[in-house]
Amino acid sequence: MSEEDAFRAEVREWLEANCPAEMREPVRDEGDVCWGGRNWVFKNDAQKQWLEACAGKGYTVPDWPKAYGGAGLTPEQTKIFKQEMKRIHARSPLDSFGIWMLGPALLQFGTEEQKVQYLNPIARGEIRWCQGYSEPGSGSDLVSLQTFGEDKGDHWVVNGSKIWTSYADKADWIFCLVRTDKANKYQGITFMLFDMASKGVTTKPILLISGNSPFCETFFDDVEVPKTQFIGEINRGWDVAKYLLGHEREMISGGGAGGDMVSIGGAFAKAFGKNAAGELDDPILRAEMAAFDVDVFAYRAMGERFMDMWKTGRAHPASSNMMKYVGTELNKRRHELVMSGGGSEALEWDSEETNGGARARGWLRTKANSIEGGTSEVMLNVIAKRILDLPGA
Amino acid sequence: MPLYHNDDQAMLKDSVAPFVAEQAPVSHLRSLRDSADATGFSRDLWAQFTEMGLPGMLVPEAHGGLGMGHMEAGIVLEEIGRNLTPSPFLSTGVGAVAALAKAGGTQAGRWLPAIAGGEAIVALAIDEGAKHRPDRIATTATRAGNGFRLDGKKSFVLHGHVADMSIVAAKTDGGLTLFAVPRDAKGLTADPRRLVDSSLASHVTLDGVEVDADAVIGEIDAGGDILDALLAATRTGAAAEMVGVGQGAMDRTVAYLKERKQFGRLIGEFQGLQHRAAHLYGEMEVARATVMKAQQLLDEGSEGAKLMVSVAKAKAGRAANLAVREGVQMHGGIGMTDEYDIGLYMKRDRALAEYMGDVHYHIDQVARMNGY
Repeated sequence: MSEEDAFRAEVREWLEANCPAEMREPVRDEGDVCWGGRNWVFKNDAQKQWLEACAGKGYTVPDWPKAYGGAGLTPEQTKIFKQEMKRIHARSPLDSFGIWMLGPALLQFGTEEQKVQYLNPIARGEIRWCQGYSEPGSGSDLVSLQTFGEDKGDHWVVNGSKIWTSYADKADWIFCLVRTDKANKYQGITFMLFDMASKGVTTKPILLISGNSPFCETFFDDVEVPKTQFIGEINRGWDVAKYLLGHEREMISGGGAGGDMVSIGGAFAKAFGKNAAGELDDPILRAEMAAFDVDVFAYRAMGERFMDMWKTGRAHPASSNMMKYVGTELNKRRHELVMSGGGSEALEWDSEETNGGARARGWLRTKANSIEGGTSEVMLNVIAKRILDLPGA
Repeated sequence: MPLYHNDDQAMLKDSVAPFVAEQAPVSHLRSLRDSADATGFSRDLWAQFTEMGLPGMLVPEAHGGLGMGHMEAGIVLEEIGRNLTPSPFLSTGVGAVAALAKAGGTQAGRWLPAIAGGEAIVALAIDEGAKHRPDRIATTATRAGNGFRLDGKKSFVLHGHVADMSIVAAKTDGGLTLFAVPRDAKGLTADPRRLVDSSLASHVTLDGVEVDADAVIGEIDAGGDILDALLAATRTGAAAEMVGVGQGAMDRTVAYLKERKQFGRLIGEFQGLQHRAAHLYGEMEVARATVMKAQQLLDEGSEGAKLMVSVAKAKAGRAANLAVREGVQMHGGIGMTDEYDIGLYMKRDRALAEYMGDVHYHIDQVARMNGY
């Protein structure tokens, strides 16, 4: 047995013994997702058991070093682990901005002390993080941010507000871009971390067109942040933010178009019925769905090539912008077709049969895909400037 | 296998790309066109291709070839596309070789070494109407004497008038059979037509063409699988060539955006054009990855290859078509002139798009393969 086969067998056996049956069911709605944190209430015992088993083994962050709560797996082992998870339809034990965004930034820019201090609780799901980037009036134009940290010697006093802070009302800590030098646009921003329970922090959820409130407005009123709680260098937070945005785009483009992106025509053939030739009985919609499927299979090939090239340093640094652009536009198209395919049923907003209007709410949610993490227009600007090297962009 | 070229493939590209660009750039196509060349390609260039071993890339080593894969053939085809190089490489070195290698037997033994040696040009006589419908082949092969008698009409047969042999798909009593029909077969006529891209494609008439029983490629009535291999290879190859055509058009266009001034500014500064160029870049990258995936699956002999081949032909078709349309539009008035090359890219794209199934045909195939 090769080393890889042996590892696969080991993972398979561990998953068999540790992944509860309830955690192998498809995720139906947001209530099924485990976010962890100080105030987390587990939906059931299985969710708790699954998180604890994974955290104990380092499997919430399989490729992080063991010292920081990971399992220290090689890229090849991580791939095998993910394949085995997928094979049994195992749910993610923990969804976390700490894992997806802050973690990679800490691994890249954090001091040894910071890594030990912050990464372990992230891996165990003990601290739930939110991201404080956007501000009212500065959406994709991040560097125009105004939230200001005044230097008080051993601490900063932070004043300002953030918007679109996902789950800020449920988060324990925030990683946040704060202006610390008003004279310098790019090199005057510091990447700070602080407790949301700090005096002067308030949050307010924003009701969205989907009927949900995943985003908040967040206000800082004389919040004291110790001078030890920043990542990278003071006034060089933009470097960290850029690195982290690359990860966020990967996640949005991957999540929006990876696992979810399967052939959709087949799923609707039953609802429409088939004609004598065995074709979905709406020729125009069939053609649109098939054209979409072509783009899905093509995008998956691109995703594979992008990851292969990214991991070996062959990808253009800005190619994550291209993936984000293509993936999110594709995901929006998918949900338009899902609504067409679902017909009047897909319009139902809160019926039990539609799982609380999941399709309609999902469709509305995707409209943010090409806005969050940088709009499609900004992605195109970046491609034009950094990849195609067009003038004056 | 990672989805990028390995070191050997990168080396191949490094030798093929400058060779094609120097020996057969777009001016080579122009000179063939302007001299109303009756062959459709340059025999001298084909001899140079042969010196580099290109016609035999896919030919198994046992038959005197290099035994390479579709990924490697795609590297050559992309450069052919980028330079609009007229060449029988796709039909002879890719489509015909795929069919003969799959079939084995007498015809493989006869033709594969000749292809590898650069001595034989092979044409693919599949289509019978204006649109590609290989499931509706009406040409018949009936038993006569020691062999068969072929009757029917074929169209869009690239290099049909100069081919040393044509692979003819015909109906037999119990199914489909492929035949190797030599150029001098009595009753075979090839009537070449010049196409929009200056290439020559023939209307082929088979009027009681008599062939021996050993002209059968593979087994009688069992030509379906061999035809599938021929189609998969040729479609993937055409998709790779289209990626080259699209890339060539895009590169010219992006360069033009950086040098052309209007309203006192470089037109590449205008966001309207920037966004369209950036969108095109994304489409081309996705198309390239898709074609590579199809090549990889074909080389692995994977069951998923058939689906990905149709995806690749459709996706490359869409992306390359966008590239040539944006190319002509962004070049403005000069894009409409014969003097500028961008229009030639638009013409070649149109011919390749139609070859072995257009975008719509392959989208329909994808729906069928997905059960709707």
